[in-house]
Amino acid sequence: MAGLPRDEAGTAASYASLARPLLLPTWLIIGVFLLLPVLLMVVYSFLTKEFRGGVEWTFTLAAYEQFFVTRGLFGDEPPSIEWTYIIIFWRSIWQAALATLLCLVIGFPTAWFIATRPPQSRGIWLFLITIPYWVNLLIRTVSLRFILRDNGPLNDALIVTGLIDAPLPILNSDVAVQIGLFYSYLPFMVLPIYAAVERFEFALSEAAADLYANRWQVMLHVVLPAVRPGILAGTILVFIPALGAFLAPDLLGGAKAFMIGSLIDEQFRGSQGNWPFGAAISVILMTLVLIALFIQARAASRGAS
Amino acid sequence: MKGVRHYPGFLAITLVCLAVLYVPLLVVAVYSFNASTSITKWGGFSLRWYVDVFTGPEAERFGLATWNSLTIALIAASIATAVAMSAALAMIRGGRFRGRGASYALINLPLMVPEMVVAVATLIFFTTIGLTTGYLTIVLAHITFCIPFAYLPIAARLSGIEDSYEQAARDLYATRWQAFRLVLLPLLGPGLMSGWLLAFIISLDDFIITNFVKGAGMETLPTAIFGSVKQGIKPNIMAISSLMLLVSILFVSLSYIINRRGRRAAP
Repeated sequence: MAGLPRDEAGTAASYASLARPLLLPTWLIIGVFLLLPVLLMVVYSFLTKEFRGGVEWTFTLAAYEQFFVTRGLFGDEPPSIEWTYIIIFWRSIWQAALATLLCLVIGFPTAWFIATRPPQSRGIWLFLITIPYWVNLLIRTVSLRFILRDNGPLNDALIVTGLIDAPLPILNSDVAVQIGLFYSYLPFMVLPIYAAVERFEFALSEAAADLYANRWQVMLHVVLPAVRPGILAGTILVFIPALGAFLAPDLLGGAKAFMIGSLIDEQFRGSQGNWPFGAAISVILMTLVLIALFIQARAASRGAS
Repeated sequence: MKGVRHYPGFLAITLVCLAVLYVPLLVVAVYSFNASTSITKWGGFSLRWYVDVFTGPEAERFGLATWNSLTIALIAASIATAVAMSAALAMIRGGRFRGRGASYALINLPLMVPEMVVAVATLIFFTTIGLTTGYLTIVLAHITFCIPFAYLPIAARLSGIEDSYEQAARDLYATRWQAFRLVLLPLLGPGLMSGWLLAFIISLDDFIITNFVKGAGMETLPTAIFGSVKQGIKPNIMAISSLMLLVSILFVSLSYIINRRGRRAAP
C-alpha cells in the first residue's frame, strides 16, 4: 500500500508524544461515522420490521429467515430453502468473478507493457490508465448505457459494417452488466500489477532464458510467482466493488439482471422497504467480502513462504 | 536484454485497454455537440446543449445541485485533508505506539467496506440518532470516506521528507509549532495539495452513499443526473457529463503535476 511507511516505525519519532492526540480526529470521525454505523447495522439486521419502513427494537431472526427460508406464499407450508435471494447472490458472485477474470486478461499484459517502458514514458502511460478511474463512475456508466442502446452507436456501427442485420438487444441483460463491471474496475487491476512488475528483478528472467527456458516458460515459472502479490491485490480490488456494485446493474441490467446492490437499495426505498432485511443482506455481503479478503491474505502468505 | 521483457501482442492488448477506457468517454463528448434534439440522430455540430445547461428548463435544478456538490466537496475535502495530515504525522513521525496497527486499519476502513454497505450503515446510524438526512449528513459521510484518499498522497510525501530538517530547526530553538509551520508544512505542501484535490474529486463523484443520506428534496450533481437518466438520456445530460469529465481530468492532471513537481523539487 502506498501509504504504509516503509519500515521506519520507531526511527522517525519526532511526533511520538503527540501520536495519540494527532490520531484523535481520525478515530472520532471514522470511528463514529463508519465503524459505529457498521456495528449498528449488524444490530439492525436482528430487529423487527415495522410496516412503514421503520423498525421496532425487538430482537428476531426474521430478516435472515426471509433470506434463506420460505414457507410458501401464505406462510403455512413446511419451511424449505428460499432460492430467490441466493440466486441473486450467486449471479453477483459469478458476474464479479467473470469481470475480475476479464480485467486480469486485459490488465496483466497492459501493466506488463507499461512497466517495461523506459522510466520517462511510464508516467504518461500510467497517467492515461488512471484518468478514467477519476472520472465519475455514474457518467461512465451512463455513457455505456448510451452506447449499448438498441439504436445506439455500437449497434449502428455493427449494422453499418454489415456484421449484423438487426440491432443486438445488449442493454438490460447480464452481458451489459458484465461490460459495465469490466469497464468500471479495469484500472483497479492494472495499477497493482504494474507496481509488482516494476519491482520485478528482470535478471531472474534473463537467467531462466539463459538456461533455455522459452518466453512463456519464463512467464509461467519465473515471473508469475514473483508478481503474484500484485495479481492478488488487483483481483481483490476488482472483485469486492464489483460484488456490491449498484450503478452497472441498475443502469445497464434492468430487472432481469438484478444484483446484490440493487437488492439492498430496494429495501431502503419508500414505504415498500424493509430496513432490517436490507441490513441483513448488507451483513451477508460484508461476510462474503471478509471471506474474499481472508482467502486473499492466505494466498498471499502462502506465496510468500 | 529486451527479449525477456518483450511479449508479442502485449502492445496490442494495451491499446485495446486504452480504447475500452476512452471510447465511451469520447462518444459522450462527441454527442454533447450534437445539434439534434434526439440523442439517436447526428444533426451536425452545435453548442446548443451547453447553452441549454446554463439557460434551459433544467438549468436551475442542475445549478443548485452543482452548487451543493461543490460546497460539499470543498468542506469535506478541506476537513478530510486536515484530519489526514494529522493522522499521517502520527503514523509516520509517531514512532511505535500501541494502537498503531489498529489506527492504520481504521484509516483504510472506508476503502475496505463495500460502498453499498457504507451507505446502508450510515443511513441507519443517522436515522437512529435522529439526525434528519440532508446537507449536513452528506457532508459528514463525505468527510469520512475522503480521509483515506487524502491520506495516501500526504503519507507518501511525508515519508519522503527527512526528519532532520525539523530537528535542525528545533536545535536552533524553534518551537515545535514553528518547526512544523515554517519547515515541515512548506515541504509537505504538494502532498497536501494533491491529497485535497483527490478528496475533492472523490466527494464530487460520489453517488451511492450520497443517494442514501441526502434525504428528500436535496440533490447533488450525481444524484440529479441519475434522476434525469432514469427517465431516459437527454442531450443536455451529455453536455453536463462532458463538463464534469473536463473538470475531473483537469483536477487529476493538476494533482499529478503538483505531485511530480513536488517530487522533483524534494530535497
